[in-house]
Amino acid sequence: MKVIDEILESYPAKVMKNRKGHMLVKGEGCETGGCGKQKIDANSRTMPGVMTNRGCAYAGCKGVVLGPLKDMIHIVHGPIGCSYYAWGTRRNKGRINAGEQNFLNYAFSTDMQDSDVVFGGEKKLDQAIKEAVETFHPKAITISATCPVGLIGDDINAAAARAQKAYGIPVLAFSCEGYKGVSQSAGHHIANNKLMRDVIGKNPDANGEGFSINILGEYNIGGDGWEIGRILSKIGYKVMSIMTGDGTYEDLTGAHKAKLNIVQCHRSINYIAEMLEKKYGTPWLKVNFIGVEATMRTLRDMATYFGDAELTAKTEAVIKEEYESIQDDMADYKEMVNGKKACLFVGGSRSDHYQELLKDIGVSTILAGFEFAHRDDYEGRDIIPDIKIDADSRNIEELAVEKDEKNYKLYLTPEQYEELKTKIPLGNYEGLISLSENGTVIVDDLNHFETEKFINALKPDLFASGIKDKYMIQKMGVFSKQLHSYDYSGPYAGFKGAVNFARDIAMGITSPTWKLVTPPWKVVKPLTGTVAVGGDL
Amino acid sequence: MLELTPKEITERKGLVINPAKTCQPIGAMYAALGIKGCMPHSHGSQGCSSYHRMHLTRHFRDPIIGTTSSFTEGAAVFGGKSNLTDSIKNIFTIYNPDVIAINTTCLSETIGDDIPSIIAAAEKEIPEGKVVFHANTPSYVGSHITGFSNMVKSMVRTFTKAKATDNGKINVIPGFVNPGDMREIKTLLKTMSVPFVMFPDTSGVVDTAMTGKYEMFSKGGTTIDELKETGDSMATFALGKWASEEASNDIEKKAKVKSIVLKTPIGVKATDEFLMAVSEITGKAISPEIEEERGQLVDVLTDTHFHFHGKKVAIFGDPDIVVAMTEFCLSMGMKPVHVLTGTAGAAIEATLNEMLTEAGVKANVKAWGDLFTLHQWIKNEPVDLILGNTYGKFIAKAEDTPLVRIGFPVLDRSVHSYMPIVGYKGALRLVEMISGALLDRADRDAKDEDLELVM
Repeated sequence: MKVIDEILESYPAKVMKNRKGHMLVKGEGCETGGCGKQKIDANSRTMPGVMTNRGCAYAGCKGVVLGPLKDMIHIVHGPIGCSYYAWGTRRNKGRINAGEQNFLNYAFSTDMQDSDVVFGGEKKLDQAIKEAVETFHPKAITISATCPVGLIGDDINAAAARAQKAYGIPVLAFSCEGYKGVSQSAGHHIANNKLMRDVIGKNPDANGEGFSINILGEYNIGGDGWEIGRILSKIGYKVMSIMTGDGTYEDLTGAHKAKLNIVQCHRSINYIAEMLEKKYGTPWLKVNFIGVEATMRTLRDMATYFGDAELTAKTEAVIKEEYESIQDDMADYKEMVNGKKACLFVGGSRSDHYQELLKDIGVSTILAGFEFAHRDDYEGRDIIPDIKIDADSRNIEELAVEKDEKNYKLYLTPEQYEELKTKIPLGNYEGLISLSENGTVIVDDLNHFETEKFINALKPDLFASGIKDKYMIQKMGVFSKQLHSYDYSGPYAGFKGAVNFARDIAMGITSPTWKLVTPPWKVVKPLTGTVAVGGDL
Repeated sequence: MLELTPKEITERKGLVINPAKTCQPIGAMYAALGIKGCMPHSHGSQGCSSYHRMHLTRHFRDPIIGTTSSFTEGAAVFGGKSNLTDSIKNIFTIYNPDVIAINTTCLSETIGDDIPSIIAAAEKEIPEGKVVFHANTPSYVGSHITGFSNMVKSMVRTFTKAKATDNGKINVIPGFVNPGDMREIKTLLKTMSVPFVMFPDTSGVVDTAMTGKYEMFSKGGTTIDELKETGDSMATFALGKWASEEASNDIEKKAKVKSIVLKTPIGVKATDEFLMAVSEITGKAISPEIEEERGQLVDVLTDTHFHFHGKKVAIFGDPDIVVAMTEFCLSMGMKPVHVLTGTAGAAIEATLNEMLTEAGVKANVKAWGDLFTLHQWIKNEPVDLILGNTYGKFIAKAEDTPLVRIGFPVLDRSVHSYMPIVGYKGALRLVEMISGALLDRADRDAKDEDLELVM
């Protein structure tokens, strides 16, 4: 593709060499046959000086995975900024019942000073934990490390152990220093490991009877998890825990009793899904609640897994009722934006998920990319054995779990499992490339420069990304939708969410303000009275 | 909302809860954006740059650029030299700025990267006529205001030359304020026909117009040539001691340009002082238009004094804004009973206490405080109004108290960055916001029979 060549030619040699492998056009070369499976570079270092959207391991660990656990105090050990920026900025909503504790509107930091960097900050951390316990009496505490902590050698694990002993509550330490890995993805992994090792399974008395499930990789941004929960409860599912949106420490401890784990965001939480299966025998199912068709398929896949006639009937009844309740609105919005083209650059799963919802309203995706995904998120899980672990990822612990003989339970026989695998994405994710249409540009770790180039070349009607791109894109006259924060709207998941999304997209694309951009005195008047309007000449 | 916050206050030494500040680099980055054609570069982990850009973008609702050295574990162990060298090369090739302003982070400071020597060694990567300079901004010292101050100091260190001639201008360092404030200060000076160099100047950079075309480097910002002639000016006006004083004093040391440190010109008194000082130094009269604006402001203040007089207010935010805001509130007859900043400094508390004592207002004052403390104070002594940034909304909701948003950051309302709070015009806007909030509240609370049509 010409624009890709142009982009690469603008780069210094090293950057060009690096970026080349991060872009491809789906199906390019395939029309002549034998293109084989397309490969992409991912989860590798961003070249220094390139304006990336990526964050750090801390952001992935504390910001994404731990932050939503509302009944825990999350102490950030480090200078103030890291705690400050992860305070209320991700829209992971949470609500509580009377008597429960909700710390979502609080930010806790040791506010490390230069003397702490010079002489060590462990004492201050001890003191901070003490004050947190004495002031709030929380159920559990996490400690997240920031860059200087690892460098000066503060032993947060030792501090956690001391506190756990002194106060008799779980205190979990996460070594998620910002320089670890190559993006926030490293932090997801670090958080997953610890939750698996020290939290999940701690409540042996949890009741997993009924159609019990865990929702993994759902962070309740804008209330997505609530909409998903509403639909699932209506059908008759029992949600044991949500990891981690609107989640609690308490729920996580009993999560191992569920009969099925459904995975929404594959990238951030597939580690736990895999480990739960190995340790407890619970299979996982890749789902997508973003999109009407996607939600209906997901609900049917879940019913297929449980294979219960009554559940299946209820699933169909709920689908019918919900679909009927939104189809008029969806049709109206579709009429407003049908045929428009979108670019998606977000997350480690959303650029896949939102293609389905956009398709529901007639919007096609012409570019899709992930910010911090790995190759399997693009190419599918079957390439995992081929992924070479580089120096940056090698230092992130690969937690090895073993079968828990006492709690290991198979809901399906191995034969049933194999049979179901051919029908539903059980333990499998096919990845973005296979889910995208031919001709779609796939770009990993898209940067500011490339965004501008692609907009000029592809001329999308909508560019969904994050806050750092949003206004640059809009300055170019293209509507930009934030798909991290939903521009403070939502939920976008499930049936009701689909309508919200369709409304917001239609609103954004058709906002009358776009027509005001060029001052009337700058509009060039046609030379003659006849103006060609559209159509073929 | 915030129902876990106890009324009883206990001393904390280790734990900050709900901070009233953030760390240095974002301030440095904001200052750097005020140089024309400048790419702010964060020498640290990607997360720092990402968080700072996110936050500034949310406040200004405009594109905020910035690059990062993208540290990995290897760089953290072996030093960031090659990352920074590659960054410089890549930034000039891909984005082609005139200047790169590097700020450090807690990571690069802790490992002790020597930035000047890395820049010097990267000389061949810096195109002719382009500049790379840096500020040390360790995140574990001070706050974002310290970072702003340090970057401005670095501008002086890098660009200001010894006095060569007298250019008849004044230097103005506006402090960590919005572009709307910078524009208002410039308007006042233009009205007085005073030639000036304002630096940093983010107007035209973070409040750009929609044209259908994106320009990475917009027309706004202080040029390098302007920065170079700051040593030839008559005087430097440092508006806001904590954001601007040190750089101003450095110009005085370097080029014998008189350093005049004033409050951020918020409210009548601080604006009077600024204009009179400018007039005195330049010999230019305060113009009749400005005097008229002042008269209008005082007219409104007097006519509507009963809207705000005697109301208890909690003020929090950055020291320069808080100090000036406290002075303005006192001059309006309001009672600032809780005043708090996140930036440590004995001088902040001394300045505030002096003002409050003189006005006979007994108040809680804390420079290095957090919003948890502020909330506890308010629980113990309720207020009629909270003045501060968006983070005050949790307390405002918990205590059902109106909040007027001023300072940085304002993440949940728009337009604020385009409009001034400085100068007489800015003060008039503040009066409108403060009175409006108090009167909206009175209307909301009024019984039907007490709802006033005219107030």
